[in-house]
Amino acid sequence: MGRYLIRRLIVSLFTLVAISVVIFAILAMAPGDPLSGFAANPNVPAELRQRMREQMGIDDPVPVQYGRWASQYLQGNWGVSYTTRSSTRDYVLGRLPVTLKIVGGAYLISLLIALPVGIISAIKQYSIFDQVATTFAFFGFSLPTFFTGILFILLFSVKLQWLPFIYDDTVTGFIPNMKQMIMPMMVLALAGAGSLTRFVRASMLEVINQDYVRTARAKGLRENAVIIGHAARNALIPVVTIIAIEVPAVVGGAVVTEQIFRIPGIGSALVQGVNEKDVPVVMAISFGYAILVVVFNILADVLYATLDPRIKFS
Amino acid sequence: MSQAYDVTLIEEPIGGPLLDGGASPGVSLRDAQAARQYRSLWGNAWQQFRLHHLAMIGLIFLVILTLACYIGTLIYPRGINPDMMTTFISPTAKYPFGTDPIGRDLLASILWGGRISLAVGFLAAFVAISAGTLIGATAGFMGGKADGFLMRFTDLFICLPQLPLLLLISFLYRDEMFAWADKKFGNGNIGVFILIVFVIAILNWMSTARLVRAEFMRLKEKEFVEAAKSIGAKQITLMMRHILPNVVSQVIVAATLAVGAAIITESTLSFLGLGFPSDIPTWGRLLFEAKDYFQFYPYMALFPGMVIFLTVLSINYMGDGLRDALDPRKTR
Repeated sequence: MGRYLIRRLIVSLFTLVAISVVIFAILAMAPGDPLSGFAANPNVPAELRQRMREQMGIDDPVPVQYGRWASQYLQGNWGVSYTTRSSTRDYVLGRLPVTLKIVGGAYLISLLIALPVGIISAIKQYSIFDQVATTFAFFGFSLPTFFTGILFILLFSVKLQWLPFIYDDTVTGFIPNMKQMIMPMMVLALAGAGSLTRFVRASMLEVINQDYVRTARAKGLRENAVIIGHAARNALIPVVTIIAIEVPAVVGGAVVTEQIFRIPGIGSALVQGVNEKDVPVVMAISFGYAILVVVFNILADVLYATLDPRIKFS
Repeated sequence: MSQAYDVTLIEEPIGGPLLDGGASPGVSLRDAQAARQYRSLWGNAWQQFRLHHLAMIGLIFLVILTLACYIGTLIYPRGINPDMMTTFISPTAKYPFGTDPIGRDLLASILWGGRISLAVGFLAAFVAISAGTLIGATAGFMGGKADGFLMRFTDLFICLPQLPLLLLISFLYRDEMFAWADKKFGNGNIGVFILIVFVIAILNWMSTARLVRAEFMRLKEKEFVEAAKSIGAKQITLMMRHILPNVVSQVIVAATLAVGAAIITESTLSFLGLGFPSDIPTWGRLLFEAKDYFQFYPYMALFPGMVIFLTVLSINYMGDGLRDALDPRKTR
């Protein structure tokens, strides 16, 4: 396990370097000047513009730019955002808490839906409950998040006027904050719950007819103990790995949700950064996302090995 | 390729025709029985697929929608030119889906945009699945160093930050592709189309590659491959004629689901304002334009959103039906 992990970490390190090169190359090879918006401003004198270019090193060869970016990144300096003119690090990290709250809440909700629904669906396969759950799961992964968001706003904000639909970060207090976060959370949660429910159901169906489950019943355990203590415990091992692997996808989904509800989080910073070709911000967020993917992939493997003693890494 | 799969009766059944030259010349009773017994895999799959009601409904919906988009636009009286006399008309008999802020008929927009949305979905899925199959088949069949290299390559793509890259590439290279296609074909939107199909495909081939690789590795050790090898089949024949047909059914299911995913990706891109330009009303673009008005004119968002939802739902049900139908272990 230890040796496997070390090898895995080294491979991941190379992967991350390769990813950063890919992102950097895409940004660097793109046509158009990152400071074009700035340059079009007639109030900016030409020499100031030139000085800024030199300062940012925009005219250096791409490999030199990459080297500078990489060494600065390792030292914790993510550069200066082209548009906000402040530290990219402060800007991006300042946007992180609200995204984490919404993504975390959403994932929790989707687990709270998927686990019981998936398990009951499997126990009562082909029952009315299972059919309704299956239908909802199909709806869940066929509905694009931006449309769910619009439907929620139309229903809960426009029609019923229960919830605000524009996020306001000056709001204080738990209840008002929950009120403005529940819709974005539910949008993300429903999108995730659909496929997760199907996965829990499938993995539960695989164990439910196994001999050890029958043995557990035969020795007179109550049904609940059989299902939760014996069947679900094994069925959920692959589910745990899926939960870990899907974390980056949920974070990615926040991009759309933040756009609909105008939440000033990471996702909207990314869209804004892309639209303004703010290289340091886009680089920081994309690379942060890549790290997230790699870390959760390793985590999934480690969890799998720890939870299932039959899996041995060599 | 389907030849390797077909199990059709070529010779007469043992005992010869039962009622030869009788009341029904041509098809004998036994032939009819035999035909019922020995259906081809695809015939069998179709029989199974028809039993999956939701998949059938999905298929019918998709066929009607496709016809409406590609042929209906030729019949439907209104095009998608802006008309300042007809802005913000709620759905009526004349404008079934209403009109938008620049006076376009929404139904016409959905039909014209559907041509693009559907084409992007099918083409992107086709490119992604073909690339995934090619890479997976090569890796699985060759094994060794080629396999190691191709799988590292696949792993790298799996770890790429998908959504950020999707936004980035389509934003950064859109204008250049537009200018290039404008010069080359006289229509810049072709360039945007190619770019979007390419971006979606390049970020979605990996799961197919892994699936096909695993199947190739499993199948290449089987006796029938050994038999083919022993009669001197070339490598390429082994791959294409002997192993690939056994993987086709799984690839078809993956491809179906990929179409739905590609349609959602394209609409997400357009919804974020990073897809097609405003004169191409793809479904996501229509929602992007409805974003600022839907509180007052909900129909502007509801119709395009429902079309995306129903299309993807139909495709997903079809995928489910195909999975059941092409799995020989499952018979209803």
